[in-house]
Amino acid sequence: MVKEKLFLNDQFNQKVEKDLLAHLLPHKKVGNIFIFILLAIILVGIYAYYRQLRYGLIVTSMRDYTSWGVYISNFVFLVAISLVGSLFSSILKLSKATWSTPLTRISEIIAIAAIICASVIIIVDMGRPDRFINVLIHGRIQSPIIWDVIIITTYLTISVLLLYISLIPDLAICRDKLTDAPRWKKWFYKVFSINWHGTPEQNNILHKVSFMLSVMVIPVAFAIHTVTSWLFSTTWRPGWDSTNLGPYFVSGALMAGAAVIIGAMYFIRNALNLKDYLTDKLFDHMGKLLVLLSLVYLYFNINEYLGPAFKMVGVEGEHIIELFFGKYASMYWLVQVFGLVLPIVVLVFAWGRKPLPMLIISILVLLGAWFKRFLIVIPSLQHPYLPIQDVDESYRHYIPSWEEWAITFASFAGCLLIITFLVKLLPVIPIWETKKEEGGEPKQLEV
Amino acid sequence: MRYAMAIDTKRCVGCSDCVVACQTENNVPIGYCRDWIVEETIGAYPDLALEIRSERCNHCEDAPCVRCCPTGASHIAEGGIVMVEHDDCIGCKACIASCPYDARFVHPEGYVDKCTFCLHRVKDGKQPACVSVCPTTAMIFGDIDDKNSDISKALKTRKHKTLIPEAGTKPHVFYLL
Repeated sequence: MVKEKLFLNDQFNQKVEKDLLAHLLPHKKVGNIFIFILLAIILVGIYAYYRQLRYGLIVTSMRDYTSWGVYISNFVFLVAISLVGSLFSSILKLSKATWSTPLTRISEIIAIAAIICASVIIIVDMGRPDRFINVLIHGRIQSPIIWDVIIITTYLTISVLLLYISLIPDLAICRDKLTDAPRWKKWFYKVFSINWHGTPEQNNILHKVSFMLSVMVIPVAFAIHTVTSWLFSTTWRPGWDSTNLGPYFVSGALMAGAAVIIGAMYFIRNALNLKDYLTDKLFDHMGKLLVLLSLVYLYFNINEYLGPAFKMVGVEGEHIIELFFGKYASMYWLVQVFGLVLPIVVLVFAWGRKPLPMLIISILVLLGAWFKRFLIVIPSLQHPYLPIQDVDESYRHYIPSWEEWAITFASFAGCLLIITFLVKLLPVIPIWETKKEEGGEPKQLEV
Repeated sequence: MRYAMAIDTKRCVGCSDCVVACQTENNVPIGYCRDWIVEETIGAYPDLALEIRSERCNHCEDAPCVRCCPTGASHIAEGGIVMVEHDDCIGCKACIASCPYDARFVHPEGYVDKCTFCLHRVKDGKQPACVSVCPTTAMIFGDIDDKNSDISKALKTRKHKTLIPEAGTKPHVFYLL
C-alpha cells in the first residue's frame, strides 16, 4: 500500500539529511563481515598473482592460440560496467530525467571501482608488468593498446572529478552534521569540502563545472568502450574483424551497467534502509530503461551475427558454427536467452519490474554479460587462419586455471570493496540534490 | 635490401630438421617453436595431394604486429626483418592477436618471441639456421632486391604463393609450387 505524504520544505529537508546520513554515523557497523569475506577473496587472488609472477604466465591456461584469456574478457566486462557512471551522471542528467537523481552517486562510485579494477586486471594480463613504464617512455600513438591506456586514464580522471564535484556540497553537510565521526573522517570531510558554504557564487561554479563534466564524459565514455572494441576489431580474427564491434560493445555495456545499478540499488536499499529514496517506482523506471537498452543491444547482436552467419565464409563460418552448434553453443544460447531475451520478456510486464524479480533479472544480465565477453574473446582465438595438424590439445581448449579464476574473483571482490568503502564514507544518495530548493514545489515522498 | 625466404614445397619432405635447428640455434624454450611444419592434404581419398610447408613469421612488409605494438618492441629491422626487442616488450599480446599467421608466442620470461630470420647469423654472412640444415635444400634465403640472388632467380622462374595474401600484410615467405 502506498500512501503519499506531503512534507513542508524544512521538515522534508531535515528528514532527507537524517536518513541519508544515517549509514555514516559511527555506531553503524554495516557490512563488516562482508568486507572480511572480500578481503579473504582478494588475498587468495594476490597469492595466485604471486604464483603468476613467480612462475610466469604458464600458470594460466593461456597457450599459443588462446593468448588472451579470461583476464581480457574480464577486463572488457569491467570496462563495460564502468560505462554506467556516464549513463546516469550525464546522459540521463542531460536529458532531464529527474527520476535518476538518487542513482547518480551510486553509478559514479561503481564506475570508478570498475575502471580501477579493469586497469589492474590489464596489468595482470601482461607478461612483463615490471616494464609497464615502457608504455609511457616508448608509447607509440598508432597502437590500440596506447589508445586504451590514454582513454582509460582520461575516463578515470573525469569520473573521479564527476563524483567529487557533485560531492562537495554533501561533504560540507557531512562536515557540519557528523561531528562525532572518527577523526580521520572529520578531517576528510573538512579538507575535501573545500570551504563549501553553498553561497550563490559557489553554487554557480558547481553547476557550471558539473554541467561541463557531464557533457565531456559522454564522448570519453563512448570512446573507452569503443577503443576496447578496437583492440579486437583492428585485428583480422574471425568474430573480431567487424565494423559493428564498437556500437555492439557500447550497447552491451550500457545494458550491463543498468543491470549493475539495479543490483546495487537492491542491496543498498536493504542494507542501508533507504526504501524511501530507492523506491519501487525507481525500480520500475530502471526496468523500462533496461528493456530499452536490451532492445538496442539485441539489434546490434543481430547485426553482429546475421551477416557472417548468412555468408559462412571460411574461418568466420567455422567460428559461427562453433558458437551456434559447437562446443560453445550451450554457453552461447544460455547467454543470449537468459541474458538478453528473457530480460526483455519479463521486464515489459509491470510485475517484472518489482524489486525482487528485477534483482534476479539483473543478476542474469550480469552473468550473461560476463560470459558474453568470454564468448567474444576466447572462441575467436581458437580459430587460426592457418590451422596446424596435431597441435597440442592445450592449444585447442581453454579452461581457465585456478589462478585465473582466483584473480578474476579477486577483481570482483576488489570492485565491491572499493564500492563498500566509498558507500561507508560518502552519502550514497546526493543529499543536496534530493533536498528541495527554497520556495520550490513541495516534494512527494512515498512512505 | 629486402630479405625473404622461399620454400620449395616440392622438395620439402617435412623432416622438421629446420624446427630442431631453430630451437637449438635460438635457445627456444622446450615446448615452443619459432617455425613449424604443416602438412596440408588437398582432396579426398584416393585423389589426394599433399603440400608440406615449413612455416614461420612471414616478415610482412605491412606488419600488423608492428603497427599495434604499444612500445615499439616489435619493429622492422634491417632488410625488412620483423624483430622483437625483448627488453622493451611488456607482454600485452596485442601482436599475437593481430598476427594472421600465429607466428608469435609468449616466452616463459614474459616477453613475446618469434622467428628473426636468424638476423645474428645473417649479419655474419651466414644462412639462417633452418636454411643451413635443410637436407633437401628446399629453403632459399636471400635478398630479393638483388636480381642475381638465388631467391630472386627462384621467384622469377618458379610459380609461387604466399600464405593468406588476403590479409594484405605483404608476407615475405614464399612457397614455390
